[in-house]
Amino acid sequence: MIPLSLTAPPGVVTADVMASDLGCFPTPAQYVELVKSFKDDGFEMCVDLCAVDYLEHLGRAVPEGVVTTRFEIVVNLLSLSKKQRVRIRVQVGDQDPVVDSLFSLYPGTEAMEREAFDLFGVLFRGHPDLTRILMPEDWEGHPLRKDYAVGKVPVQFKEAPGPR
Amino acid sequence: MNDDTVRVAERVDPLAAETSEGAQGLQSRRRTATDELGREVGAVLRGSGLTLDPNDVDYERRDDETMIINMGPAHPSTHGVLRLMLELDGEFVLRTKPVIGYLHTGMEKTGEVLSYVQGGTNVTRMDYVSPIANELGFSMAVEKLLGVDVPDRAIWIRMMMAELNRIASHLVWLATNGMDLGATTMMIFGFRERELVLAFFEKTTGLRMNLNYVRPGGVAADLPDGWEDDVVLICDTIYERTFEYDELLTGQPIFRGRMVGVAPITAEEALALGVTGPVLRSTGVPWDLRRSMPYLAYDQVDFDVIVGTYGDNFDRYAIRLNEIRESVRIIRQCVEKMPKGDYRTQDPKVTPPPRARIDESMEALIHHFKLFTEGFHVPAGEVYSAIESPRGELGCYLVSDGGPKPYRLHVRAPSFVNLQAVPLMMRGGSVSDAITVISSVDPIMGEVDR
Repeated sequence: MIPLSLTAPPGVVTADVMASDLGCFPTPAQYVELVKSFKDDGFEMCVDLCAVDYLEHLGRAVPEGVVTTRFEIVVNLLSLSKKQRVRIRVQVGDQDPVVDSLFSLYPGTEAMEREAFDLFGVLFRGHPDLTRILMPEDWEGHPLRKDYAVGKVPVQFKEAPGPR
Repeated sequence: MNDDTVRVAERVDPLAAETSEGAQGLQSRRRTATDELGREVGAVLRGSGLTLDPNDVDYERRDDETMIINMGPAHPSTHGVLRLMLELDGEFVLRTKPVIGYLHTGMEKTGEVLSYVQGGTNVTRMDYVSPIANELGFSMAVEKLLGVDVPDRAIWIRMMMAELNRIASHLVWLATNGMDLGATTMMIFGFRERELVLAFFEKTTGLRMNLNYVRPGGVAADLPDGWEDDVVLICDTIYERTFEYDELLTGQPIFRGRMVGVAPITAEEALALGVTGPVLRSTGVPWDLRRSMPYLAYDQVDFDVIVGTYGDNFDRYAIRLNEIRESVRIIRQCVEKMPKGDYRTQDPKVTPPPRARIDESMEALIHHFKLFTEGFHVPAGEVYSAIESPRGELGCYLVSDGGPKPYRLHVRAPSFVNLQAVPLMMRGGSVSDAITVISSVDPIMGEVDR
């Protein structure tokens, strides 16, 4: 286990999460600033960015002081020099989730943010090309949302039946 | 950044609407916004502090000088259903945009309706060339949430199988890469040797691919009798034959001409793009999770992390070839040090009772039935666990709400992220080099699209 040598800037709620990662819960306003401070602190790589829709699990455990919302963006940063990970969970809203893009800090988040937009409908301010990436361009809805029913869309082979 | 409006591309070109995916594809220059153009040509990476470098983006270039062509999704050298849109000036590539999603089957959504017991069958189909890596990433995430300890033997079996799979995966890469360059002998050789590994997989797990062998709590079955001889034979054969590949490719002038110095990428660019695995190591960054953040028992075996210098195609080739040799080294140590004991945890919460008990005990039968119908409950929480797959960091982000199915299963697929480096590597190269670039990044489309 790697000892936690990190501290987040004041005002950001933090918690130790599993596997000795540091978990941070910034507000959307603190988010980019926080990521930037970690980047300056030696976190060279943004390994992963994904969204979670907590519609059916709103009562999840979070540290005190965090106001949970339906959508959450989870960012995993990695420091190669410190051999440490940090996980940042941002609560981005219930209805029309919008959050700042990390593109200007880590260009590698481009595809991941597009994926989060495509599958969850989370919008990213400042993303250069926010289009669908996995689903077809004319797809309606965001399939990984919890209220997007599984199996409702008839598969269109020949002679597709009309809407049920 | 502080704009309140978010630009979601809503561009419709009447001709393109008939033939393409629309805004997902590569647009003509006058339809492309500056920041997007800068991203497509990699100017965001070259400028200082990741701002656009104006000298690097020629906005003024007219559209009638260039041509946008499609490569894929059914092109034989795009390794699956990858579609690349290339903007060409004669023979040279100016911009590239990978268009993906042709193999999207909603596996992350499927993962939410399968229990943790069934989950392995789903994730193993993501990266179909190295299924063990997927299962391992998933199982380790589940075990972290469960707090279950895996017996030593299971750990070493997992490690050995993962390395065998790494060999098989790199062999497929060598084979297809050779094929792309016209070295059909390498294609035959690569698949011939891979067959040895797959035959052993079949003997151990019952399947050649999509094994569902590594499961939460251990592995599905113990190694078969006489496995040591099989594995040693595989190691000897493949190790010997890597030197044949050396003769066939490494020193071969045509091969070198196509690989050396082609499509270089720097360490800064690779890190900024989140690239991992052999592509990152080819730039000289010694980052291998097996060494840097050891999991399983990688801290107890002796192996070298292969690192390149120039970040070009040849380095990526050399790294993969030598990683086969290092994997052979690890497997030999696994054979020597394989501990005795259980191959799965004896925690009855995750492990079904032995087959013999089911015949004589009603409780065992119920237990077995419950485990495979309802599954086991996993404490609520979230976890990210990462391993080094043959293609880079394979992460599994798992959210549990306390039920028997994952609330959210996200797989951080190395190919998906590495694919972002393709436009950068292709820029300024010729179309024929584009093919070697795709194969040197080694994208597996099942994993990219999930």
